[in-house]
Amino acid sequence: MVDVPYEGIPGIPPAEVPDVELYHPRSWWTRYVFSQDAKVIAIQYSLTATAIGLVALVLSWLMRLQLGFPGTFSFIDANQYLQFITMHGMIMVIYLLTALFLGGFGNYLIPLMVGARDMVFPYVNMLSYWIYLLAVLVLASTFFVPGGPTGAGWTLYPPQAILSGTPGQDWGILLMLASLILFIIGFTMGGLNYVVTVLQARTRGMTLMRLPLTVWGIFTATVMALLAFPALFVASVMLLFDRLLGTSFFMPALLEMGTLSKHGGGSPLLFQHLFWFFGHPEVYIVALPAFGIVSDLISTHARKNIFGYRMMVWAIVAIGALSFIVWAHHMYVSGMFPQFGYFFATTTLIIAIPTAIKVYNWVLTLWRGDIHLTVPMLFALGFIVTFVNGGLTGLFLGNVVVDVPLSDTMFVVAHFHMVMGVAPIMVVLGAIYHWYPKVTGRMLNEAMGKFHFWVTFLGAYLIFFPMHYLGLLGVPRRYFELLDTTFIPSSAHSLNAFISVVALIVGFSQMVFLFNLVWSLFKGEASGGNPWRATTLEWQTPETPPAHGNWGKELPVVYRWAYDYSVPGAAEDFIPQNQPPRATQLVQGAAS
Amino acid sequence: MAETVLTNPGQSPARLEGWRGIAADWASDQRAFKNVSWGKAMMWIFLLSDTFIFSCFLLSYMTARMSTTVPWPNPSEVFALDIGGNHMPLILIAIMTFVLISSSGTMAMAVNFGYRRDRVRTAILMLVTAAFGATFVGMQAFEWTKLIMEGVRPWGNPWGAPQFGASFFMITGFHGTHVTFGVIFLIAIARKVFRGDFDVERRGFFTSRRGNYEIVEITGLYWHFVDLVWVFIFAFFYLW
Repeated sequence: MVDVPYEGIPGIPPAEVPDVELYHPRSWWTRYVFSQDAKVIAIQYSLTATAIGLVALVLSWLMRLQLGFPGTFSFIDANQYLQFITMHGMIMVIYLLTALFLGGFGNYLIPLMVGARDMVFPYVNMLSYWIYLLAVLVLASTFFVPGGPTGAGWTLYPPQAILSGTPGQDWGILLMLASLILFIIGFTMGGLNYVVTVLQARTRGMTLMRLPLTVWGIFTATVMALLAFPALFVASVMLLFDRLLGTSFFMPALLEMGTLSKHGGGSPLLFQHLFWFFGHPEVYIVALPAFGIVSDLISTHARKNIFGYRMMVWAIVAIGALSFIVWAHHMYVSGMFPQFGYFFATTTLIIAIPTAIKVYNWVLTLWRGDIHLTVPMLFALGFIVTFVNGGLTGLFLGNVVVDVPLSDTMFVVAHFHMVMGVAPIMVVLGAIYHWYPKVTGRMLNEAMGKFHFWVTFLGAYLIFFPMHYLGLLGVPRRYFELLDTTFIPSSAHSLNAFISVVALIVGFSQMVFLFNLVWSLFKGEASGGNPWRATTLEWQTPETPPAHGNWGKELPVVYRWAYDYSVPGAAEDFIPQNQPPRATQLVQGAAS
Repeated sequence: MAETVLTNPGQSPARLEGWRGIAADWASDQRAFKNVSWGKAMMWIFLLSDTFIFSCFLLSYMTARMSTTVPWPNPSEVFALDIGGNHMPLILIAIMTFVLISSSGTMAMAVNFGYRRDRVRTAILMLVTAAFGATFVGMQAFEWTKLIMEGVRPWGNPWGAPQFGASFFMITGFHGTHVTFGVIFLIAIARKVFRGDFDVERRGFFTSRRGNYEIVEITGLYWHFVDLVWVFIFAFFYLW
């Protein structure tokens, strides 16, 4: 432990947090594989999440093939369709988005943005990744076990999740629950690191109210995850016992395949309460990092300070807190006591207030900004549009009377894909275009990037906008095929075919993005340390990509907030957070 | 983590009142919780997360117990022992609770001696704590054996609602696992204390970080938490 000496210079606070001693890797294995460097761990997390995410993408193609052209593809049967749905949902929500935002972006950006050398406990951080990888492998293994993965739907509702009529009842559900339990253990190790790093390991001058909103978003989401995942953990353990030991926590007495099952007296509703106590915060665990990152993208690429920084922070915290008391709006038709619906509808609609504050502030940040339509900015704008759209349909579904007829229709599918699928993915992609130069030292190709954006953005709209209409017609979700259902007009079938074709095109356009990632790694234009002329600390590192320990000999000192863009009278249109105030101000500070 | 905390007497900004003051304190420079090391902060946050796990377990158990239509077995009778011809309800649980709470006392003493850098006494008190913990787990094993002999299974029991056995094994099992991990943790740290690792600031095997006596207090936090959880289990499962 090297204590940083007290420096009596006015304007520079004394060091409270001593410089950490890093683990210095001595071999290739400890440098790149069993690495304790948060940046390497971040890349490991991101690559693993992307790999399993591609599996989920392929599953969505298979589902769309079946929905668009029922009866054409003999290799998809009804059981497999349910398995595809389950795995697609579970992978996308937990193993891709949660892992990518918190494990990927969190690991890379938190230490750099708060001015730390690394996470506070790098060894625990490394374990976090390896347990996550194990969870992913256990999940992927379900494709190869007898009976295949579980087909219970991503919500895994009992009783059907563990009954013999559901595909994957032998091994699929067991491995799925085991994988979730592993994921939660791994995540907790990482999450504790992120929270403590933000709270206790910031550099001199970095108060909480000078943090970039990216850090605020990831930090709040991590705190929420640490409090919400326990409910999923408990639900998974109890469901595992119901399946494995024959307990009846969630299982009522019922007929299973014509015979009375050995279970009795359990409450399926209890599982739903536990699941959604995790499941609703999970929506915001995915959304809040996106909110934070998009704020920074907009501010940087519009060359303007974020509008209402303080309100943005409080809105993030308020959304995080409120999201713990809205869970039962997923359960209006579950058979719970009906009057609970009033309470949960009210709290749900109250969330619209802080969310609307954020949207207005993004728009006001853009207003009269010097908007550069770079690829990250395009994705940020795409996020605002899709998020507003998805948020408005959320108002429909938050109201009990409107929700009841729309429950379990394609409207719900369209809503949550818009608001927690497309919108956060827009931010993920924009953030990759934004930070790729810092990670690799090279820019991503802009022409390919713009093509990727327009196909993804317009395509996502063409997929999910008509889906609302299908839902209003009453087309149910999770159905293998509609056949000649009388209330569904033939136009719905052609619309389904249209959606499927667009989905395949959008899916394949992501290959352009993957190609861009690899191509630019070797052939991309050299970026320099700060290609976007941004203020936050990660762009001010001595080396690009940042070396182990991030900051060279001395940690940076922070003098200002993260949004000093286009300051009147300043020489440049941005002032980095670690740039000291002018000498005159220093003298004045000393005199006072 | 050896972290020397330098407080700066030169800086005393005007104090804000009420909520603004609290927000300003939390948001202040470099660290939100002054004089709290990284390890201790991490343990506290972990315990908060763990609290949610135990709360979910206990709430699920209470839901099952309140909604079951079959009578719930009477814990006073189920957990009674006949000792020397006397029928004593909950006697074993009472002894277990006494043992665990005593272990919190020895743990607190170990923390005290740790900060005085009294190597031998700290190590001995930690081992005594571990011994109490092991005794607790041993008595729990006895209790489990007794109930299993009497026919209690996760899927049913001779006296009533099948959720009784399920909740019992799950909750006490999960708590017992926590105690067991605590005992292992205590023995490992006691060994390091006794060997003098924290006097010479020996580096960790995996982490290459220097340890110090604060780890005794962090272990203590975990131990007291496990103890506190037991009080709730005792109240909600056995006394209800």
